[in-house]
Amino acid sequence: MNRFAALLDRLAYEPRRNGKIALIADYFRHTPDPERGWALAALTGALTFRNAKAGLIRQLISERTDPVLFALSYDYVGDLSETVALMWPAPPRRGGEAPSPNPLPQGERALAAPPSPNPLPQKERALEAPPSPNPLPMGERAFPAARPAPSPPRGEGWGEGEAHSAGESGREEEDVPLSAIVHAFTHMGRAELPAVLAALLDRLDETGRWALLKLITGGLRIGVSARLAKTAVATLGSLAPDDIELVWPGMAPPYESLFAWAEGTGPRPETDDPAPFRPVMLSHPIEDADFAALDPAAFRAEWKWDGIRVQAVRGADGRHVTRLYSRTGEDISPAFPDLAGALGFDGAVDGELLILREGRVQSFNVLQQRLNRKSVSPKLVAEFPAHIRAYDLLFAGGEDLRGLPFETRRARLEALLAAHPAEGRLDLSPLVPFTRWEDLAAARADPGAHGAGADAEAVEGVMLKRADSPYLPGRPRGPWWKWKRDPHSVDAVLMYAQRGHGKRSSFYSDYTFGVWTGETSGTGELVPVGKAYFGFTDAELAEIDRFVRRNTVNRFGPVREVVHTASEGLVLEVAFEGLARSPRHRSGLAMRFPRVARLRWDKPPGEADRLATLEAMIGTGDGERARAPRRPSRVVGKRPAASEGA
Amino acid sequence: MRPEELLHSTPQGLYSPAGGFYIDPTRPVPRALITHGHSDHARAGHGAVMATRETLDIMAIRYGDAFAGATQAARFGEQLVVNGVGVTFHPAGHILGSAQIALEWKGCTIVASGDYKPGADPTAAPFEPVRCHVFISEATFGLPVFRHPDPLKETGKLTASLALFPDRAHLVGAYALGKAQRVMALLRAAGYTRPILLHGAMERLTAYYASRGIDLGEVRPARDATPTERAGAVVICPPSALSDVWSRRFGDPVTAFASGWMRIRARARQNGVELPLILSDHADWDDLQASILATGCEELWVTHGQEDALVHWAGLAGLRARPLHMVGYGEEERDTSITFSD
Repeated sequence: MNRFAALLDRLAYEPRRNGKIALIADYFRHTPDPERGWALAALTGALTFRNAKAGLIRQLISERTDPVLFALSYDYVGDLSETVALMWPAPPRRGGEAPSPNPLPQGERALAAPPSPNPLPQKERALEAPPSPNPLPMGERAFPAARPAPSPPRGEGWGEGEAHSAGESGREEEDVPLSAIVHAFTHMGRAELPAVLAALLDRLDETGRWALLKLITGGLRIGVSARLAKTAVATLGSLAPDDIELVWPGMAPPYESLFAWAEGTGPRPETDDPAPFRPVMLSHPIEDADFAALDPAAFRAEWKWDGIRVQAVRGADGRHVTRLYSRTGEDISPAFPDLAGALGFDGAVDGELLILREGRVQSFNVLQQRLNRKSVSPKLVAEFPAHIRAYDLLFAGGEDLRGLPFETRRARLEALLAAHPAEGRLDLSPLVPFTRWEDLAAARADPGAHGAGADAEAVEGVMLKRADSPYLPGRPRGPWWKWKRDPHSVDAVLMYAQRGHGKRSSFYSDYTFGVWTGETSGTGELVPVGKAYFGFTDAELAEIDRFVRRNTVNRFGPVREVVHTASEGLVLEVAFEGLARSPRHRSGLAMRFPRVARLRWDKPPGEADRLATLEAMIGTGDGERARAPRRPSRVVGKRPAASEGA
Repeated sequence: MRPEELLHSTPQGLYSPAGGFYIDPTRPVPRALITHGHSDHARAGHGAVMATRETLDIMAIRYGDAFAGATQAARFGEQLVVNGVGVTFHPAGHILGSAQIALEWKGCTIVASGDYKPGADPTAAPFEPVRCHVFISEATFGLPVFRHPDPLKETGKLTASLALFPDRAHLVGAYALGKAQRVMALLRAAGYTRPILLHGAMERLTAYYASRGIDLGEVRPARDATPTERAGAVVICPPSALSDVWSRRFGDPVTAFASGWMRIRARARQNGVELPLILSDHADWDDLQASILATGCEELWVTHGQEDALVHWAGLAGLRARPLHMVGYGEEERDTSITFSD
């Protein structure tokens, strides 16, 4: 664990991608199996510990610290694991006493570590310390400058003095293997967990505690993607990162066969899953400047449907198995039993999961009601019938098609779908014909008149795919582009700001904004209509943060209310994808995907938009996507000109 | 009498109605007592300034000899009287010349501690607790997440990195007054003997430290160093210079930053710091508690920093405590790293 903690610590501060890869590869090279495999699992997010919840960590720290001081610290640090790692009181350790034994079980040995003999929180122990070695009596005026300062009292386990270093060398000898931690947290019962975790935390230093808590709660957030970790594995030998990606879905920790292959000491690992996930190909957003370099004749276009990207796979293992995977390879089949018979052939289809009612695609809001469920009731299935609109064919008839050009795969897909109608649960996403980019721009602006018909509202843009592009894992730059429709936008007034978390923990980065309720802008009151926490550049974030700090009128814990009157305040141009009615919000509206498109330092709050403007954008039915014509946003996602700054 | 008759906070800083003077005022006033030379505490333009010799010298270096109408040097432990108020300066252990100021009037003692730290520091006279009725404390690191590690352990990180990357210059961002010189002194204490290179902004203050008998070893201006001398050298610079074009001359340097804020990962990462050195000239959470208790005070006033947490702790400890809500302090180690001061 110490080595892994040190790796995480160094990774957290290494800004260079190549530096990170080198650090991880170095760790893999010098760490034996299965230890390195568990580290790889942790770095790729393959580990989940169901019982190690944030709540447990909160409970442990609340037993050891004052609740107010914990709340203030957590608000300040912005990260639970780090807060607890830093606040965790040093375990009582008297000179000469041996450090606590390895808290993890040897075989079936009893787990429960004895409760800490001194359960008093740090603070109270501090109070027990004598107030002053020899305080000067009041009235005595002798304060000789040369007098050596009496060192302030240090209670048990206060600092990180000599006792601490001695403890460290002790820990070095009896490090707890990562594999043992993973094993324990996977198999341990809920009742044993608190004592074992507490005993581990007592044994580790700040870095070790931080790494352990990050590991068991998931989400290391050290700027290492699964892709980066796999790239590091590839650099152990002469493999390419995509080679790792292709075999990855069939792999499980601790990846001994994968490391053996990467180091050239073993064969390519094979999967025996009859319906395996295949890494998904993703696209880049296209910018206006990109078009000049692209030849329209080399590309095909199709609608980008506003649903969930899925991969449907059917294979035979004695009997037919059909699985539905999310974009990240998560098996979501149990939530969609109505799609089990969708594929009438053995193969792998890339498509969009949608809800269809009477042949019409429903809004994303409707689809959302079927998502994130482990199982579904027959009523839900009947009410929200699932459907796949197919984009691509990766595998069919025992043949891997991913190396073939898009156009060839598309022809195979069309032929297969024509031969297997699949109870109407699967259909083909049509191509959008165009010869010039202007044609495609027109189709994107008005999908209804260019083939999408009644489903136009479920189109969130167009996809551009090179006709000759093979199906590559990840997000290669060049072959595929997405060209989303212009978002809606509204000028709203910043009302509240909250400090962010993680990397943004010192910045006010979550903004609640509002619009006017009156008949005209600047009249009535401002009512909150949404919350945005991205869309701005780092420089803009710094500007807003400064504005918030200088214009706070009220504080509620981590939230600051900032000045927002008709004449004073900050106007944000907020871009969003859709609007729905929501009884949960005071304004009665909920925005989909709101983000800050631009800071309007130039605009007085009295000229911001009205609630009535937003209401007019909502359709008639609940959950309908906004129907009002989209206002092309001025410069979504781009920096304003310098002159527009405050 | 109420202690506020002796000292209370105003928008300009702490003011003594009885003595007719301010302590560390943020705007020019007729009569000011200054705890230490950091620019948020020591400003130019006062009528008369009383401070330690070192603080007065530092102010003259920063603002020119005419930084105040008149000056008076106070020696540690020397009892002075200003308009009937007893005034005594005591070491605060923060930086060279830093002082706590004890006021005594009608049987009431108030200690304005300025910024302070009780830990060992070869560049500052050690902090001494002063018995008082009211103790005025900062709370820059007044949260239980701040427990500063052993400074030598932190310098050890720097020397270890120098061994690991012997060809890369190590740029250490450090506040120009106090922290920079402490880093140098710590490096020398750790046995580092190569010349240390300095950013131009800290040359004069560093020379002043050396003139006061603080051994910083061989220190040279970075601008005069040859590429060979730069390779693998320790270069001390203001934090803002880490991301400045100035740093480009060092090729592919390792960027380190010496600050108590480096305890919080997000602070280090926001600034692309690769080698965070948790090195602070302020009391940490344990130090604050121990120092406050050591004064035997009945009442605690908290000037700046994490006042909520410290006031809460004081309540649990049975002390009357309140925040003074003072603005304009904590510039040299402030709670945001969007831009570095100095």
